Amino acid sequence: MGYLLQGETGDWEVVIGLEVHAQVTSKSKLFSGAPTLFGGEPNDQVSFVDAGFPGMLPVLNGYCVEQAVRTGLGLNAQINLTSVFARKNYFYADLPQGYQISQYELPIVGEGVLTIDMPDGQTKHIGIERLHLEQDAGKSLHDQHPTKSYIDLNRSGVALMEIVSKPDLRSPEEAGLYIAKLRSILRYLGTCDGNMQEGSLRCDANVSVRPKGSTELRTRCEIKNVNSIKFVQMAIEFEARRHIEIYESGGTIRQETRLFDSVKVETRSMRSKEMAHDYRYFPDPDLLPLVLDPKMVETIKAGLPELPDDKKQRFTVEYGLSPYDAGVLVAEKASAEFFETVAKGRDHKLASNWVSGDFFAALNASGKTIEDPPVSAKNLGELIDLISDGTLSGRLAKDVFALMVGTDKSASILVEEKGLRQVTDTGAIEAAIDQVLAANPDKVAEVMAGKDKLMGWFVGQVMKSTQGKANPAMLNELLAKRFQK
Amino acid sequence: MTQLTSLTIAEARVALAKGEFTAQDLTQAHIKAVEAGRGLNAFITETPDLALEKAKESDQRRKAGQVGALEGIPLGIKDLFCTKGVRTTAASHILDGFIPPYESTVTANLAQAGAVSLGKLNLDEFAMGSANITSHFGPVINPWKRKSDPTAQLVPGGSSGGSAAAVAAGLVMGATGTDTGGSIRQPASFCGIVGIKPTYGRCSRWGIVAFASSLDQAGPMARTVRDCAIMLGSMVGHDPKDSTSQPIAVPDFEKALTGDIRGLKVGIPKEYRPDGLSAEIQAVWDKGIAWLKDAGATPVEISLPATKYALATYYIIAPAECSSNLARYDGVRFGLRVEGKSLDEMYANTRAEGFGAEVKRRILIGTYVLSHGYYDAYYIKAQKVRRLIAEDFANAFKTVDVILTPTAPTAAFALGEKTDDPVTMWLNDIFTIPTSMAGLPGLSLPAGLDGEGLPLGLQLIGRPFDEETVLKVADVMEKASGFSIRPKGV
Repeated sequence: MGYLLQGETGDWEVVIGLEVHAQVTSKSKLFSGAPTLFGGEPNDQVSFVDAGFPGMLPVLNGYCVEQAVRTGLGLNAQINLTSVFARKNYFYADLPQGYQISQYELPIVGEGVLTIDMPDGQTKHIGIERLHLEQDAGKSLHDQHPTKSYIDLNRSGVALMEIVSKPDLRSPEEAGLYIAKLRSILRYLGTCDGNMQEGSLRCDANVSVRPKGSTELRTRCEIKNVNSIKFVQMAIEFEARRHIEIYESGGTIRQETRLFDSVKVETRSMRSKEMAHDYRYFPDPDLLPLVLDPKMVETIKAGLPELPDDKKQRFTVEYGLSPYDAGVLVAEKASAEFFETVAKGRDHKLASNWVSGDFFAALNASGKTIEDPPVSAKNLGELIDLISDGTLSGRLAKDVFALMVGTDKSASILVEEKGLRQVTDTGAIEAAIDQVLAANPDKVAEVMAGKDKLMGWFVGQVMKSTQGKANPAMLNELLAKRFQK
Repeated sequence: MTQLTSLTIAEARVALAKGEFTAQDLTQAHIKAVEAGRGLNAFITETPDLALEKAKESDQRRKAGQVGALEGIPLGIKDLFCTKGVRTTAASHILDGFIPPYESTVTANLAQAGAVSLGKLNLDEFAMGSANITSHFGPVINPWKRKSDPTAQLVPGGSSGGSAAAVAAGLVMGATGTDTGGSIRQPASFCGIVGIKPTYGRCSRWGIVAFASSLDQAGPMARTVRDCAIMLGSMVGHDPKDSTSQPIAVPDFEKALTGDIRGLKVGIPKEYRPDGLSAEIQAVWDKGIAWLKDAGATPVEISLPATKYALATYYIIAPAECSSNLARYDGVRFGLRVEGKSLDEMYANTRAEGFGAEVKRRILIGTYVLSHGYYDAYYIKAQKVRRLIAEDFANAFKTVDVILTPTAPTAAFALGEKTDDPVTMWLNDIFTIPTSMAGLPGLSLPAGLDGEGLPLGLQLIGRPFDEETVLKVADVMEKASGFSIRPKGV
């Protein structure tokens, strides 16, 4: 049994379904030719269609349709060759038409599946309910004027894919893994940049709880518009505990929409079911049903890149990596490519350790991106070559790597410049050993008396005296021989 | 110059080509007629200066040898078409001060053909009405008068009432109309002119203020079938900006007017003879059938059984779409805003003051039929019936080439009549609505006068995108009818 929350009456299981809104990577909006750049002055990317002017009509952006199909295929989902755009009617100041064009009864993508990788190496299949295309609303700015709200319609009409999971997630951790995996797939496909800070990826979480062992689905609450994985996890945990408390004190949960306050770490009621909008969905008469050519779907399918799951599988087989190491490397397409460049013609395990270890650490510390790495794949590969040919010990390599960060210098140049070449000359190492033994007769006596633990101390001392350049294997061997005498 | 305003477009075209007068002369004459005809309240916005400027440009083009299909022809534009730089009202208070920064495709096409706009014509508010009495700018008066009571002010029909009255009274040579359930054909019938609603998808809806998107269609209104054919050719065409506009080649509609309808089969639907149909309407219809027989066509009785549900179905689908289409008039970005203490209050104040009673009625009905729990019973069922109506026509057109019916159940009535109950008013469109529901082309032409001396129209319905047959048959009937009477009540 996985994640359970302890209540006063017993253990509770959490049931979570996620609705992720992913902005389609497209230069223009879903139904108008207006640009979609992030930032810019308010209302400078708005066409008359986006502003809901009289007589303006939507024209579907074929590129966005292709991206939705591409995403659907990437989620192993059914592509619906006929889908219908519907109007979701409600009044709000940043919704210029008074309705959002979305898909309701017939979405472009049907059921699919997404696999999440658990930290213990297990995988879990999470059902995808549907993916549909819809337009975004504008933005209301309530803090610009004491009594007025300002409206920015730059986002109005931007294409979104709403990706709805089945209620298959059972813990905040799984929810986090699901979002991360979905984001990874979207970025591999290039259909969404996955930028949560800029709002390109937003998440609504549907949360309910049930006593351990039960299979019922209890009343859920929807937490709207959470914009980071951490916040989604915090919101789910808070909400689940809130439900448990209410159930255990004899109360009932009302179906409602809630907002997450990341400062107070709590969810608050936004509107109850009674106050919920009646969206009056109906097919948009301005748009004909969307009919896809099966050939177009086939062409997109044939052009799909290798996706994280397949790549991970290949990495474990081809490079002999553990599922965990492989999973880390494939999370971002660019890091997987970085790894493959480094690993090509080299020791795979060594390459994997260096990429996931020192390189990722340096990447995180430098604040750089994999596209503009602190050490290039070529230079890292060369460093590994120097380890393999015995020029550098692992320890020396770490020093060289630290010097490489942020410079464009190759490992071999740094080795020459700093004289960091490993000492493999037996005579030189023996001379260093002699010096250390001579300077520490008391410790030599202790070792001879059986205190083997001091061997490590001697190794360290010799290393120190050679500035770490002594070949560790040779040093161990020679030192052992010396004490055997 | 008064004779210039009684010319047909076809006649004016010849005279302009011969240089008998200029586009500026023609426009000036019509500007005078518009001024003289202000009592009809046909115009919401007159644009005489702009018209003269355009007429001058037209004369220059003609001199340069560039002659469009409507070169120098003065027209009126229903004030539902957005016109760049010219106030557009949809006859509603809620669009106060709205000057579109864009031009509708249809009016841009007309301008491209050389037409000169004299201004924006009155209509029912948001094209919702059958008598042109719901306009925020007051009712339009029909230029026709009853013999028995020449002082009674008659309605021109609606919603394209301003267009019909202006054409009938000679204020313009032709006008644009829009038709959702009969808004071109019924006023054409009431005012003794010709009007055609083309097949849905023939004209672009881009830039036309939407009422019911799946039904709205623009079309020409003029004094003769030929004039409608000329105008139609310049209005239609595929427009990538309207996803429902069909990529279909534009035929030469005028060429279709061959005068030869021998061998054509004309459907006479028995369901269009309801009990209580006025004897005068029946007589005109019979006369129309006789003309067609004389011209060598064969009348065939047909059945369109779903017809009886058409009106009820229409008053679910059209309001449903209207309730959503009119949500954008919220006081936020353009038009009227009546302030309130909150956003919701501002919406309520603006829409309460901005919309008239008929528009509100339809928004309420539309909101209701789309609501949770009612959607299946009303909207979905209505869509199913709509398909049955279309199937009825499709079956009929397996055996007939065109269908002949009355356009409206009555002649023009007086202001104040039939206003006690909205359903009575809605019954005006009982013969035109089925065509709209099926998306078919429908034309009304004047076929005679009733006992009060008021025009009565007949409707011709064609196959999808077969406006040519409709126009051809109408042309033959027009000649047979010899209808050339013009109203005197300007």
